Amino acid sequence: MSLTSTRADGAQIVTVNAERIDAAMAIQFKEDMRAETEDGTDRIILDLSLVQFIDSSGLGAIVAAMKQLGRDRRLDLAGPTPMVEKVFRLTRMDTIFNLYSTLNEAVTETKT
Amino acid sequence: MAEIFACSFTATELDARSGISAVMERLREIDLPDERAGDVQIALAEAVNNVVEHAYAGTEKGDVRIKCNLYPQELRIQICDAGFPLTDCALPPGEPADLSGPIETLPEGGFGWFLIRELTSRLHYERLGRNNRLSLYFQVPPT
Repeated sequence: MSLTSTRADGAQIVTVNAERIDAAMAIQFKEDMRAETEDGTDRIILDLSLVQFIDSSGLGAIVAAMKQLGRDRRLDLAGPTPMVEKVFRLTRMDTIFNLYSTLNEAVTETKT
Repeated sequence: MAEIFACSFTATELDARSGISAVMERLREIDLPDERAGDVQIALAEAVNNVVEHAYAGTEKGDVRIKCNLYPQELRIQICDAGFPLTDCALPPGEPADLSGPIETLPEGGFGWFLIRELTSRLHYERLGRNNRLSLYFQVPPT
């Protein structure tokens, strides 16, 4: 799958360039996240705005990506589309992650 | 008269993905409301993933057969496979995942049946000979 990274105001923005994070790509996603965030900022913003669909395997992979960062680094989520937002809300994972409706809001948070 | 269509695919992750997309395309063609379509896609994907990962675990990958019936107020999706039965031939309770522990213990799976139960109006499972048949029901339009 395709992840791209940029830096903004002390955070690393990782964009998921895929329409779905599902069972077929969950393991790849977790490995790519590890490679992408191996060294870098303490705060990582995962830009999900292109992801139209996520299943429980994809959700598990995002949780795994957060856990492999360790306690001193943080994974925030930005731009969830309606179905992605719904899966996070139903599983109550929206209480574990900081979810920002847009990438801009997530980045602005870094400055304050 | 209910609108009916059916399809089948091999129980692999990639075939499941294209199979689910094909079902969703057909459902939109027969005017399933968008709001409802999202719920259906999430629940259907979880149910099909369960077949791929569990029913056919450690055996030759068989087929997943899907049949949809759209009635004026209800959508029924039946998912059939020839894999292993559900544990005790019964639907799992689908409890919400426990998120109360420290980060290291957060669950990375086990959300599937909970999501299916949350998104369907009712569920029915039957073991028929060597086959499983899971029926998902959705209210249409959303209440």
